[in-house]
Amino acid sequence: MEQFLQQLTNGLAVGGIYALIALGYTMVYGVLKLINFAHGDLFTYGGYLGLTLLTSLLLQGRLGAVAGVLVLAAMVMGLVGLLGVILERAAYRPLRESPRLSAVVSALGASIFLQNALMLIYGARVQVYPEGILPQTAVSVLGLQIPLMRIVVALVSLVMMAALYLFVQKTKIGTAIRAAAIDQGAARLMGIDVNRVISLVFLIGPALGGAAGLLVGLYYGQVNFTMGWIYGMKAFTAAIIGGIGNIPGAMVGGLLLGVVEALGAAYVSVAWKDAIAFLVLILILIVRPTGLLGERVAEKV
Amino acid sequence: MNRKLLASYALAAAVLAAAPFLLDAYWVDVLNSVGLYALLALSLNLILGDAGLFNMGQAAFYAVGAYVAAILSTRLHVPILWALPVSGLAAAAFAAVVARPVIHLRGDYLLIVTIGMGEIVRIALVNDVGGFTGGANGIFGIARPSVLGHRIRTPQDFFFLIWAFVALTVFLFHRLEQSRFGRALNYLREDEVAAEGSGVNTTRYKLMAFVLGAAWAGMTGSLYAAKMTIISPESFSFWESVLVFIIVILGGSGSIPGVIVGAFLVVGLPEIFRGFATARMLVFGLVMMVMMVFRTQGLLPFRPVRFKESDVPRPT
Repeated sequence: MEQFLQQLTNGLAVGGIYALIALGYTMVYGVLKLINFAHGDLFTYGGYLGLTLLTSLLLQGRLGAVAGVLVLAAMVMGLVGLLGVILERAAYRPLRESPRLSAVVSALGASIFLQNALMLIYGARVQVYPEGILPQTAVSVLGLQIPLMRIVVALVSLVMMAALYLFVQKTKIGTAIRAAAIDQGAARLMGIDVNRVISLVFLIGPALGGAAGLLVGLYYGQVNFTMGWIYGMKAFTAAIIGGIGNIPGAMVGGLLLGVVEALGAAYVSVAWKDAIAFLVLILILIVRPTGLLGERVAEKV
Repeated sequence: MNRKLLASYALAAAVLAAAPFLLDAYWVDVLNSVGLYALLALSLNLILGDAGLFNMGQAAFYAVGAYVAAILSTRLHVPILWALPVSGLAAAAFAAVVARPVIHLRGDYLLIVTIGMGEIVRIALVNDVGGFTGGANGIFGIARPSVLGHRIRTPQDFFFLIWAFVALTVFLFHRLEQSRFGRALNYLREDEVAAEGSGVNTTRYKLMAFVLGAAWAGMTGSLYAAKMTIISPESFSFWESVLVFIIVILGGSGSIPGVIVGAFLVVGLPEIFRGFATARMLVFGLVMMVMMVFRTQGLLPFRPVRFKESDVPRPT
């Protein structure tokens, strides 16, 4: 039971990270019908930028542990969001009217470019976060010793998801995003600047992905320049499991995938961990061809 | 096939046939790689280009073919070229089994499922399922092929074997493109609902495209095994599927000459960019983006066959 609960909470923390990345995929897919293959690399940039800012600005010393990490997170999110906006301008906007797979190949090119740029700047070796950024203590919850970082990761990702959900559902700008996702032409006729909405989506999605990268750095204490591939793939799988274009779906899919993976690794086999994730995906799609909560993408017939 | 295309093929064949006598072993080996990727891309083109099914897991079929050939060669000492059709059949059977439950999925759902399938196959190979695959080390000691008593050993020998197979494939796939089957696939890609309405059994044709594409990838896999004599799961990673996918789209989805040009480009460019040393993949990614922005349809886009009045038989 002890082990089960440990794995469950670990799965929820990892699932929270998947869900944060998945939100970027699902929002971009919602408005552009594009799988942004470079999104995983933007996530990696979050981890690397976090490390650089952390070591070069000495935020911790000046602001204390908690405030330092919060300022760091804000800076990382801003920078990665900016990178996302630039990426959309350079690689996706010129391809908006062309066949969908051309944009996919452009996204793959962007992914290769971003990944190799990171390798040239930082080198191919694993980069290690300094120790003791946040206290490495364990908290006792109902007699269960849970590492503090795990709780922080799970809580931060839940708060961000809730904030995004409220933003998209309750604000005027959020309504514009939803309108652009349903029908860009009609949204334009209603006076919505669709290009700005798309830019905004490419700001928010990568910002959340960058935050996830920082969380991974803090949680595992290290980042490497190829981690975007596998995290990106998992997060995209999570988005599909939940139903692509569907924001609550990405959250449910991410958490489910994280838990299934953690339990699968603990009780079935560590070597098959990645295969279990994809097997779950295939089984879910066979039963529900558009994901658990159904897709929210307008279909033109 | 029109005359211009035929002339281009003849010219390309003449230049290629001269290549092994003019180039050193290194560049001949690069051309061998181009040939293998061209075969893989042609096999994927049938699925992705002709039928419009998003498949980013072609490496799975390639792996099945290579491993079947390797196991037949090392355990049962079957000559590797005799194993070639068997590996094609095995990959086809595998495709029929795994694609059947997911063939109805649309667009991007199929994409992620095929990615997942490719990863599951690779992980299964690493974990040495059934004790046949040699785990992460793979299989070594695959026998060299021989044709009519001539042992194929040097890059030059392999050049002729591989490119002869490319030529055969190009010929067959052009015939297929113009057949009832090929036209049905194109119809399916352009408008699935209309195709179904006109009596095209969409599920069956999609499955047939998958099975045929997989068979070709499997045969390419056995050629690869014969050339390398060592195969391991690393050679069949997600990256391979992505490369083949890029070749098809960059060259011109659905266009056979386009796909071959794409193979030259995607395999050749990183070689040419060797001068950039560690930055060559960076430049490669940049070139991919720029090329897609300026030639969104691919380098040699697919053009539907046009018929002249003289092509139509007159009623007598």
